[in-house]
Amino acid sequence: MLLTRPLCRSAALVRPLRSVSIKQTLRRNASTEVAEFKGTKNADGKYTVTMIEGDGIGVEISAAVKDIYAAAKVPIIWESVDVTPILKDGKTAIPDAAIDSVKRNLVALKGPLATPIGKGHVSLNLTLRRTFNLFANLRPCRSVVGYKTPYDNVDTVLIRENTEGEYSGIEHVVVDGVVQSIKLITRPACERVIRYAFQHARATGKPKVLVVHKATIMKMSDGLFLSTAKEIAKEFPDIELGAELLDNTCLKIVTDPEPYKPVVMVMPNLYGDILSDMCSGLIGGLGLTPSGNMGDEVSIFEAVHGSAPDIAGKGLANPTALLLSSVMMLRHMKLNDYADKIENAVLKTIASGPENITRDLKGTAGTKHFTEQIIRRL
Amino acid sequence: MLRTTLAKTLTRSPIPLVGARSATTVASDIFKPLKYGGKYTVTLIPGDGIGAEVAESVKAIFKADNVPIDWEQIDVTGVGASEEGFRESVQSLKKNKVGLKGILFTPVERSGHASFNVALRQELDIFASLVLIKNIPGVKTRHDGIDMCLIRENTEGEYSGLEHQSVSGVVESLKIVTKYKSERISRFAFEFALKNNRKKVTVVHKANIMKLADGLFRRTVQDMGAEYPTIATNDMIVDNASMQAVSYPQQFDVLVLPNLYGSILSNIGAGLVGGPGLIPGCNIGREIAVFEPGCRHVGLDIKGQNQANPTALLLSATMLLRHLGLDDHADRISKAVYAVLAEGKVRTPDLKGTSTTSDFTRAALEKMESLY
Repeated sequence: MLLTRPLCRSAALVRPLRSVSIKQTLRRNASTEVAEFKGTKNADGKYTVTMIEGDGIGVEISAAVKDIYAAAKVPIIWESVDVTPILKDGKTAIPDAAIDSVKRNLVALKGPLATPIGKGHVSLNLTLRRTFNLFANLRPCRSVVGYKTPYDNVDTVLIRENTEGEYSGIEHVVVDGVVQSIKLITRPACERVIRYAFQHARATGKPKVLVVHKATIMKMSDGLFLSTAKEIAKEFPDIELGAELLDNTCLKIVTDPEPYKPVVMVMPNLYGDILSDMCSGLIGGLGLTPSGNMGDEVSIFEAVHGSAPDIAGKGLANPTALLLSSVMMLRHMKLNDYADKIENAVLKTIASGPENITRDLKGTAGTKHFTEQIIRRL
Repeated sequence: MLRTTLAKTLTRSPIPLVGARSATTVASDIFKPLKYGGKYTVTLIPGDGIGAEVAESVKAIFKADNVPIDWEQIDVTGVGASEEGFRESVQSLKKNKVGLKGILFTPVERSGHASFNVALRQELDIFASLVLIKNIPGVKTRHDGIDMCLIRENTEGEYSGLEHQSVSGVVESLKIVTKYKSERISRFAFEFALKNNRKKVTVVHKANIMKLADGLFRRTVQDMGAEYPTIATNDMIVDNASMQAVSYPQQFDVLVLPNLYGSILSNIGAGLVGGPGLIPGCNIGREIAVFEPGCRHVGLDIKGQNQANPTALLLSATMLLRHLGLDDHADRISKAVYAVLAEGKVRTPDLKGTSTTSDFTRAALEKMESLY
């Protein structure tokens, strides 16, 4: 392994944020599972999960989730927290009560957050990722029966490095009219996310991990990502490693997503951001796609769509993305039976016809009716 | 700084795509390509992979149509480390001002050379890449009604080639965005839109994250948009643009993009209308124009198998003809190519057919016979 290299001090000079993650990686034994759920049940046999309802339609869709979970008798107690940002020493921060809750429960479900517009506020999503060091974003996309798109055979899984790359936040104006933006790639961050990709492939029975890169052009940064993947692959002899140029992946998925079924894709931050949304587009948009942000201690599952202030409070919102994210959360917590039960009910309801689904899916139902229909099918 | 006679609208041709709007014309330009004895000398760089086969197709068709072009062929390759061919290509293009080019292979290894494709664009300062994405009659895909032009900054951004390793395991790659280059690509985009009766220019960016770099690019395009009141300007974040492209691509008209996003969107676009074998493109600078397939794939996997679809290079070559003002030839050749595709009898494997590259060339030649 590469863990003996004296990275720690020099890296700390570069970016204080980075040093934390590097130390953590250094401490980790190579055989440890990354992003494993370490939560324990309460005395009453239930898990406590933090619920960040979010803004706009967040309130309605989280209520739908709570109703469905109660009806399915999932052993979960929700702990709702407010994450309205505060400025701490001039930086955007999350209230301590929210941080404590997530740290205690180790898992959270999150609705959409609106980033306050104005100077000094980093996006809250980014703040959450940094606060809890959520290094991998897991984005599965599967065609939903009942919502027709030009693609009906989509079943992709994409893992995005979530902490560095093009999102390092390091930019400066060299002289007037000349800007440098730095893409930062570090070996520990690559190792973590790639190891997670291999573990996920193994856990979900996918035979191949595919690194998506642009190492022809960015030979050093994407090259490091790629060479790290080759190293990590040695720990997983049962999983095949493939590599594909970003251009090719874009072209091939759009042409025919079918060949990507047996594959877990893993890639640096920006490519993952773009391709994960593109895959969502194939199945009908962000209203249908779940997402999980995985960290070593904490994981946060979220709906990645917007807070839709225009329809907030009108009972029209579609809770599917948050529900499917919660299903990912249940699997992460190894509550697979409940996950299957709820997922099946959601998918059956969507497939049951336009009278039972919300308007964004070309249906006629409101949030309440949709929720009731799911509960009926549990 | 930009040629004003950027593009001209052809109304007499019924052929879609290239016929309806050509990239450039040099008719009244001071930077005239070399012409001896009524013939132009044009640099031909077949490139790696399928390059040689599809270039043969272009040569055969141009010869049959008596196109007044002498090819100055340079067989440079990106496989191996020799820079000699690369130097020769640069010399030739600087002299001739016009070239037709396939794609050169780029190794992934750090010890390997930097991309010759990128180096060529930077060296010749052919800063604007133009890629035309449009449904082709006869080629059925999942989406209909797509008609978009991608205009991509070709010389900076993520392709700056500036990288370093601070300490082992910590790498930084620099993305460079300048006001000067953002301005000239914006100018190109709006002039192109104006001259080709386009209605809307969309700037694609990630300015919510890269506030300074993409912020500069977005602001420059938006400011420039104010000078063109007849053309609508809007902006879209690159992840959303990619999602919109696969779900509702009909909304796009002209897109202007920094380098990397251009690569991503042109490949998504190619996937929407039938693959890289169909997408023409060119790279335009102040003096030099190099025409190459818009969706830059080497095709090493099918090299030498006579399977490649020559359409992308053929249509790029007809754009070249229009650039030289040889519209009659361009019309005939593009009509023939489109007719073969529309008929659907001769299809290369990328379009789920079984015909060869040579079959396609022969079919196009036969069509041309009927067009004289």
